[in-house]
This record gives sequence, C-alpha cells and structure tokens, in this order.
Amino acid sequence: MGFEQIIFYIFSFWFVVSSLAMIFSRNAAKAVLFLVLAFFSAASIWILLEAEFLAIILILVYVGAVMVLFLFVIKMLNIDKSTIKARFTGYLPLRLVVAIIIIVEMSLVLGPSQFGLDVFSVPARHSEDYSNITVLAMQFYTTYVYPFELAAVLLLIAIIAAITLVHRNDTNRKKQSISEQVNVQAKDRVKIVSIFLPNKKEK
Amino acid sequence: MVSLSEYLILSSIIFCIGLVGIFVNRTNIITLLMCVELILVAVNTNFVAFSHFLGDEAGQIFVFFILTVAASEVAIGLAILTLLFRSRGSISVDVTNSLKG
Repeated sequence: MGFEQIIFYIFSFWFVVSSLAMIFSRNAAKAVLFLVLAFFSAASIWILLEAEFLAIILILVYVGAVMVLFLFVIKMLNIDKSTIKARFTGYLPLRLVVAIIIIVEMSLVLGPSQFGLDVFSVPARHSEDYSNITVLAMQFYTTYVYPFELAAVLLLIAIIAAITLVHRNDTNRKKQSISEQVNVQAKDRVKIVSIFLPNKKEK
Repeated sequence: MVSLSEYLILSSIIFCIGLVGIFVNRTNIITLLMCVELILVAVNTNFVAFSHFLGDEAGQIFVFFILTVAASEVAIGLAILTLLFRSRGSISVDVTNSLKG
C-alpha cells in the first residue's frame, strides 16, 4: 500500500466518521463543528486530486463563512431543549437498511470492474510550474465568462433576498427626507444667543 | 495508487449519510440544511475525481458554480429559518406542518 493510499484512507475515514457524528449528534453546534471536520477532510482529498484552488475555496468560503453563519444562527435562535427528545422516530432502522442497500448497490456499480485502475489509469502528476489557478482562470475568463458573471449576479440576488427577508421595518432606521432638507431655513439650523458676561465693576 | 472507483465509492457513502440525516432528523431544520451541504460536497468530490482522471478542467469549474449556488442557498435558507423562528417560536421539523393541503 503506497503512501498516497494511506493518506487517502486516513482522510476518508475521518470524512465518514465526522459525517456520521454530524447527523447523530444531539447538539446543533457540535454538528456544525463535525461538519467543519468533514469539510477539512474533503478539502484534503481534493488536494490529493490536484484541485488546489477548490480545496482552498472550500476551506475559506465554506468553513470560514458559511459554517460561521450557521453557528451565528444557532447561537441567535434559542433552540428548545424539549424538541431534542423528539428525534429519531421509528424511521431510523428502515432508513439505515435503505441507506446500506443504496451504498452496496452503488459500490457494485462503481466498483473496480467499471472504474478501476485498468479502466481509468492514474494520470501523471503535473510538473512543479503547473498552476491550477491559472488554468481555471483561463477557462473562467474565456469560455465560461457568462456563467461567471451570472454567478456574481446570483450572489447579489442572494444578498438582497436575505436582507429583505429578515429586515424589520421602521425601528431605529435613519432615513433621509429630501423635502425637509431642501425646505430648511437658516433659523432652523443656527440659533443666535446673546451671552452677557458678568460685569466686573461690581467690586 | 488510488483508483477512481475508490473516490466514487467514498462519495456515494457520504451521499447516503447525508440522505439518512435528512430522513431521520426531527430536531431542527438547521441539521437538514447541513445534510444538504454534505450531499453537495459528496457530489463535488465526484466532479473533482472525474476532472482529475479525465484530465479536463470543466469539472472543477462546475464545482465552483455549485459552491456559489450552495452558498447563496444557505444564506437564503438561514434567513427563512430566522423568519420561521420568529413566527413559530421553534425550528423543529414538526412545527412546519401548518401548510396542510
């Protein structure tokens, strides 16, 4: 067993274990942290597949932004402890059996006879001066430039939609009234007060 | 040498774990969203593995777009979750049955 295989099996083991711990943990904050571990394992496997840019994006964007957003929401919402008791209804054994059947079937389909080393040989590693980011950027800004801009528009729509959904009206909002600003007079803004200094001749 | 079938089987296992998480989970909708994220990461692993073994960068570009869509989906999903908590006072899966058909 080669070094690459050992690394692959270590990260796969942690990927599967942390995913299982994520769906079976009772505490939602712990589930988020297990999902972070699963994402780190996935990013390591992607680096093994020479997709460095996507692995870094997965860690920076997913772990750094999306999972922190999950944690913020969990901490903001006061999750009722009594609902935790109500999980895992009688569906659990049936679903586990169904999932195991799906895994076995997919493993039979995706097994070494169809996707093994003799069918898909391992490609040669790229040289040292190969840049994954350069190759992807060349594709993004030439062939896929319209989908790239559409993705930017989609993110803008997501920002607007999220703000519109959770925004509450007219509390502590500082809004501008143009007509009041135009109609303002000098006496509204500046008030002349005369200050009388105390007379020193009283001594 | 790690073959393509091992990557595919790993991602199918992760996919099924996410599926089971969606089915059995009754506690809160946040865990449901996290299971969807897990399924997306499994599918993305498939894309990256095929991109590596076929020597085509289009798979990685597709993964980039999937990540973009998933990030915006999470942002809107969590906003809806906050609204649900304001109106229902809970984010349990069982309280979201008010829309009876």
